[in-house]
Amino acid sequence: MNLEQQLDRTTQPMPTAAGQYLTFILAGTEYGVDILRVQEIKGWDTATPIPNTPEYIRGIINLRGTIVPIVDLRKRLHMEAVVYGNTTVVVVLKVRGAGGERTMGFVVDAVSDVYNITVDQIKAAPDFGTSVSTEFVRGLAAVGDKMVILLEIDQLVDTGVAMAEHAVSH
Amino acid sequence: MPVDLSQFHQTFFEESFEGLEVMESGLLVLIPGNAHPESINTLFRVAHSIKGGSSMFGFTTITEFTHVMESLLDKLRSEECPVTQGSVDLLLHSVDFLRNMLAAVRDNTGHNTERGGRLREQLEEILENGKRGSVTVSPVPRTTEAADAGGAARGWHIKFRPHRHLLTTGNDPLPMLRELSLLGDLDVSIDVSELPRFQDLDAEACFLGWGLMLHGAIPRTQIAEIFEWVESDCDLEITPIARNTLQASTRPTGEVVPIQSADPNPDVNRFNTSAVGPAPGADEGSTLVERRKNPSAGDASSIRVNIEKMDALINVVGELVITQSMLSQIGEDFAASRIDKLRDGLIQLARNTRELQESVLRIRMLPISFSFNRFPRLVRDMSQQLCKKIDLTVSGEQTEIDKTVLEKLSDPLVHLVRNSLDHGIELPEVRKAHRKDETGHLHLHAYHEGGNIVIEVTDDGAGLNKAKILQRAREHGIIGAHEALAEDKIHELIFHPGFSTAEMVTDISGRGVGMDVVRRNIKDLGGRIEIKYEEGLGSTFAIRLPLTLAILDGQLVRIGRHIYIIPLVSIVESLQVAPKWVSRITGKGEIYKLRAEYVPIVRLYEVFKVVPDSERIESGILVVVEGDGQRAGIYIDELLAQQQVVLKSVETNYTRVQGISGATILGDGTVALILDVPGVLELSRRVVPVGFRTDTHEAVVTAA
Repeated sequence: MNLEQQLDRTTQPMPTAAGQYLTFILAGTEYGVDILRVQEIKGWDTATPIPNTPEYIRGIINLRGTIVPIVDLRKRLHMEAVVYGNTTVVVVLKVRGAGGERTMGFVVDAVSDVYNITVDQIKAAPDFGTSVSTEFVRGLAAVGDKMVILLEIDQLVDTGVAMAEHAVSH
Repeated sequence: MPVDLSQFHQTFFEESFEGLEVMESGLLVLIPGNAHPESINTLFRVAHSIKGGSSMFGFTTITEFTHVMESLLDKLRSEECPVTQGSVDLLLHSVDFLRNMLAAVRDNTGHNTERGGRLREQLEEILENGKRGSVTVSPVPRTTEAADAGGAARGWHIKFRPHRHLLTTGNDPLPMLRELSLLGDLDVSIDVSELPRFQDLDAEACFLGWGLMLHGAIPRTQIAEIFEWVESDCDLEITPIARNTLQASTRPTGEVVPIQSADPNPDVNRFNTSAVGPAPGADEGSTLVERRKNPSAGDASSIRVNIEKMDALINVVGELVITQSMLSQIGEDFAASRIDKLRDGLIQLARNTRELQESVLRIRMLPISFSFNRFPRLVRDMSQQLCKKIDLTVSGEQTEIDKTVLEKLSDPLVHLVRNSLDHGIELPEVRKAHRKDETGHLHLHAYHEGGNIVIEVTDDGAGLNKAKILQRAREHGIIGAHEALAEDKIHELIFHPGFSTAEMVTDISGRGVGMDVVRRNIKDLGGRIEIKYEEGLGSTFAIRLPLTLAILDGQLVRIGRHIYIIPLVSIVESLQVAPKWVSRITGKGEIYKLRAEYVPIVRLYEVFKVVPDSERIESGILVVVEGDGQRAGIYIDELLAQQQVVLKSVETNYTRVQGISGATILGDGTVALILDVPGVLELSRRVVPVGFRTDTHEAVVTAA
């Protein structure tokens, strides 16, 4: 791979959905995020809550001198909340949105695995109408006999931040 | 392989701008007729290196222009040409122009080639005169000299008022005026009545009109020809001059600057020179606007660091490495007997860390002279414009201050200086009448005090006129007609947004920002401004700023299990409250009677929707804060320590949060939020108190 291609890979948003995915568990289902976006995985520790923010923002933490907001992914995806246990981890991701690149942490039930997923493994998510929100889903991937839901992480955060800003202005 | 020169552009521009600053201050101390050869040498060197650099990068316009400047400086250096006020003024203009030209090349925007051409011609003219051994150098074109001969010949009276968009059509009034002057003797007066206040000024619009007297028997068609291209873009009146109305009709209606009589001081012809340009207002306006753009454009710019500071930093890092290796050695085979060594090591580590922090911050520090250096020029220009005699002294210019603070300080400081020059220092005659020295004195002084830097702008002018301020405030309805005010409240008035200084006197101070903006800017920097004055004897404006924006003094406070930080600068006092002094307005807003005034109570737990220890007002603490000129009492559970905190941005990875200016990391590694006091007060006005809460707040988020 020459330098130019390397640059392309890091600066372009993923052109295809194929690649390596880190998967984690939320309410028994496996979700995947593009592994190139993962900065680190750390155990859950307390976060300092920010006033007047949406419920799914757990607060902010100190990640080696940088202030990083923490999103409860269960709450973000409108799932039932659970008490954090000893497998609860924070996946720190680099997300890109309107305001540039941000570093954010996502609380998930547990991390699972890393898969190589090819294009032909990925299927588009079926339309559930309004009953299930699929706007954050990049696609569904079949890995062995399991199904992994690939998340569109930028989408998740952009609408989230927009909502937070909305909350501020009201 | 060809070298890509563009990577050096940034350095070239930085060096050139620095060079221009050196040149400007060099020119200002140049005494006509008695110039020190070394100071001219310095000027020459700067011009030479700009010329060299620009030709290397192929900026030919800059090269050509500096070449002419350089030639003149060379003549001055070799004393072939005498140093006169005229040539110094012209060189100052050229420095301004060069600065604009450099900025234009850097930002890839166009610049006023017309002005450049004119300056170049004038420079060349002086050069020519120098060769002929002429002593008198007059950069004033002959067009204005003809004034005295007024009334001698028949001619035309031309009223020329371009429409606003004239400049954007590619036409420039200046060459037209020049062509007119070729036809015969031309008297020019400018109509600046349409000129807006400075903040409304659009540099690309033409706000000026001209009244022109063209003397001599000239066919009307020749005049019409000159205006042929702009006929549809201007109001034009060409009337023959009646012999007896010559002088009077030179002035079109409206506010007129008669060029010939503008300056009582014959050897100061700077005003005249600039008046022949598009107009003094427009000319200077554009320079100012461009200058103001510079700091923002330079935000991403680099910083030059003194090598000593760099060495100090490297030393500290070296020590840190030693401490680290010592500690890791202790850690490798640790025994209880070595606990003392460990403690020593940790103490050393703490010291190293503190030193490292200080050295890093010192790198960001620049002497305030970077900001002060522009004032000699400003004072010189303004005092000529205002016909005042003003002496400027500067002290403490080596005081260091954070680069970011320094950049943001410039505008407020300029405003204060302008204010002092315009409103503070009186005209020479007035000063004489008050038995004061005719020459007013303005002093800029900077010094460190505790963790703050204090910058004082002192003048020996009239001070504040209390009666006048009160009268103004009543006229504007800011205070009631018969309301009496305490001394410090009167000071407050001049910072009132509606109380613009522009209304008070002339257009000079009105062109900048108002005092309310000055104060807001300074507050944004975490500082405050104080006024001391003696009526009739002078006034001092003192700006107090924290040394750096990255660190602030904070008061840690606790509500329930949450810890917040209130910046110490905004705290007035903290007290325990007796319930009998608290009353409610219409059962809702709580008011506390603090001695002679009433302050609203902000229950922070309501604003932030967290659970406090107690809601009873007497069991907590009321922290009286001031934000945006208003006071309020913030109710909290407990005061904790006061400490310096490092400001971290929440916005970088999240978004702006109202009421929060940032976060910091406490000693135990947890994050605490820093309150933005004005934001919290603003927020509290929107939050409905408990018990009156409507159902709009479904998201009660942070409750424990």
